[in-house]
Amino acid sequence: MSLTDEQTQELEHKANEIRQDLIEMLVASGSGHSAGPLGMADIFTALYFNVLKHDPQNPTWSERDRLILSNGHIVPIRYVTMHHAGYDITKEELGTLRKIGSRIEGHPSYREIPALETSSGPLGEGLSQAAGIAHAAQMDGREHDFHVWCLTSDGEHEEGMTWEAIMYAAKYRLNNLTVIIDRNNIQIDGVTEDIMPLEPLRRKYESFNWAVLEMNGHDMAEITATLEEAKSIQQSPVCIIANTTPGKGVDFMEQDYKWHGVPPDKEQAAAALKQLRSLGERIEVADDD
Amino acid sequence: MMTNTMNFNLVDTLYDAETIAIEKMRDGAGKGVAELGAQKDDVVVLGADTMGSSRAKYFAEQFPERTVQVGVAEQNLIGVTAGFAYYGKVPYAFTYAPFLIGRPWEPIRTTLCYPNNHAVLVASHAGLATGPDGPTHQMTEDIALTRCLPNMTVLCPADFEQARKAVKAAYDLEGPVYVRTAREGTEAFTTEDTPFEVGKAQVLREGSDLTAIGNGYMVYRLLQAAEQLKDELSIEVINLHTIKPFDNETVIRSAEKTGKVFTAEDHNVVGGMGSAVAEVLGHHRPVPLQRHGVLDRFAESGSSKDLWKKYNLDTESVIDAIRGFVTHAATL
Repeated sequence: MSLTDEQTQELEHKANEIRQDLIEMLVASGSGHSAGPLGMADIFTALYFNVLKHDPQNPTWSERDRLILSNGHIVPIRYVTMHHAGYDITKEELGTLRKIGSRIEGHPSYREIPALETSSGPLGEGLSQAAGIAHAAQMDGREHDFHVWCLTSDGEHEEGMTWEAIMYAAKYRLNNLTVIIDRNNIQIDGVTEDIMPLEPLRRKYESFNWAVLEMNGHDMAEITATLEEAKSIQQSPVCIIANTTPGKGVDFMEQDYKWHGVPPDKEQAAAALKQLRSLGERIEVADDD
Repeated sequence: MMTNTMNFNLVDTLYDAETIAIEKMRDGAGKGVAELGAQKDDVVVLGADTMGSSRAKYFAEQFPERTVQVGVAEQNLIGVTAGFAYYGKVPYAFTYAPFLIGRPWEPIRTTLCYPNNHAVLVASHAGLATGPDGPTHQMTEDIALTRCLPNMTVLCPADFEQARKAVKAAYDLEGPVYVRTAREGTEAFTTEDTPFEVGKAQVLREGSDLTAIGNGYMVYRLLQAAEQLKDELSIEVINLHTIKPFDNETVIRSAEKTGKVFTAEDHNVVGGMGSAVAEVLGHHRPVPLQRHGVLDRFAESGSSKDLWKKYNLDTESVIDAIRGFVTHAATL
C-alpha cells in the first residue's frame, strides 16, 4: 500500500523534528555519533511511524516486530525516534545521553531499556541474533506473527561474523528476516571502498542466496514501499541496500566521514538546527499546497 | 551437617582404581541435555559441525526439529544462541572449549552476559584431557575467560553423572551458564543418587591436615591421593564443581580447619579454579596455598594418559606435589 502525499509529508516532517532533537541531544551530551544517526533518520521514522507492528505502551508484546540494531553506535537516532513514537523515554532523558546514571547509554543496553530488543555495539553481531530470533519464530510456526528487521552498517560487512550469519539465514530460508544496510559509504577511518572494498555488495548477497532490494534511504515513499515489498518475499531472507547520505540534512556534515564519531559543538549545532528548521518550514509549505 | 563420603552416595568401589568404571563426561552432558529435551519443549540445541564428538548428537537424534546446525562458524553460533534466548527459548550450544569460549569470547560477553541472556554453553574437549589433537585443542584458559564475565555461571562437573546433572541444573538458572566437560573417559565415581547443587561445594572426604580442592576429573585423583596418603596426612577433599558463584563458606571453613590449601585442575594455574580459591582465601583467610595444574604453558600431542604423566596431572604427580607442599608449608 503506497503512501498518500499527505502521509509522505507527515513522515518527512516527523523525520525533520527527529533530526532536530538528535542535534540537541548530541550537543547536550558532548559525545556521540552524528553522521550515521542523521543518515538513518528517515528510515527510523518510516519504521516506527509506518512499517513496524509495535505498541509503545506494551514493548514486550509477543507479536511485535523485532527491530535489531546491529550497528549500535547510531542508537541516538533510535532513542529520539522512540521518544517521538511514545515509548517510555522522555525529552529530558534524551539530554542525558552517555551521562552517568542514565538509561540512555552510549550504545544500546537491553538491561536498561528492553524495548531496544538487544544490547549492541561491537560490530557484526546483530544479524546472527536477528537470525536466531527469526529461526526461533519459525520453529514455533510463528513466522507470520511478526517480522524481524536487522539494521546494519555497511562497514560492519567487513566482519566475518556478518557473513557467517548471511550463510546461516539463507540455509534456513529465514523469510521472516530482512536486513537493511545503511550504505553511506563511510566508516571511522575513511571511505569504505578505501578502507576495505565491499562492492559488489548486491552481487555478494545474491550469491549467498538472498533476495536483494535497493532504495533511496531518504525517499519516504520509496522506503515504505521497499520495506513492505521485503515482507512479501517468501523464498528467502531479504537484504535491502539503503543508499543514504551520512549527515543528511546538515550540509557541512553530509558525506564527510570525519563526522562519523563526533558530536557538533554549540555553534555547529546552532547552524545545523537553523538548516533543519528551514527545511522543516519548506516541508510545511509543501504541506499547504 | 555430616560431610563424610556416605552422604554423597559415591560408588561402592570408590578407591579401587582398577575396577571403577570409566565414562566420558561429554557423554553425560549430551545425554543429560537429551533427557532434558524430553521434559522441556523450549530447549534447543545448537552445534558447530561437532555434533557427534561434542555429544550434541544425543539430543539431535531425538529432536531434529529443535536442533540447529550452524556449521564451522562459532561467532555465529553464539549470536544465534543469543537470538534464541532473546526470543524465549533455552538454547544449549555445544562444541569444543577452544571454539566455544576462545573464538567467540567477545560475542559471549556482548550478546549473552551483558543482557544476561539465559543460555547454556556446553564444552567438550577442555584441558589436556583432549589428548592427541594437541595444544590448539587443549583449552586450558576457558575457566579464566568465563569466570571473569559478569552474570556468567561456571560449572565444572567431576564425572559422567555430575555432567548429566549439571546440564539439567543449568536449565533452572538465570543468565548464561558455562558447563565444562572433557573428551577422555575418566573415573565415574558419583552415582545417580549423589546430590548436586549449583554453588554448593562438596566436602567428599573430611580431613584435618590439608584441604585439597579439585574440579573436573581431578577430584577423583585428589580422593585417591587422600586415600593413599591417609597414614601420613589427613586430607579433606572438596569438589568445587561450581567456580562461579563461588562457595566462600565451604572453602573458608575448610581452610580455617586445616590451615593449608592445595588446588588441582586441568587448566592453566593462571586464572583458573585455583586462582579463584586464592582470591577468596587471600581476602578472607590467608593460609599457605599451592595451585597445581598446567603451569602457564602449552602442552603437546599425546594420549591423555601420557599427557597427565608428563604434565603432572596423574595421581602419582598429585601425591608428590602434595608431599612437597606440606614440607614447604611447614617452613613458612
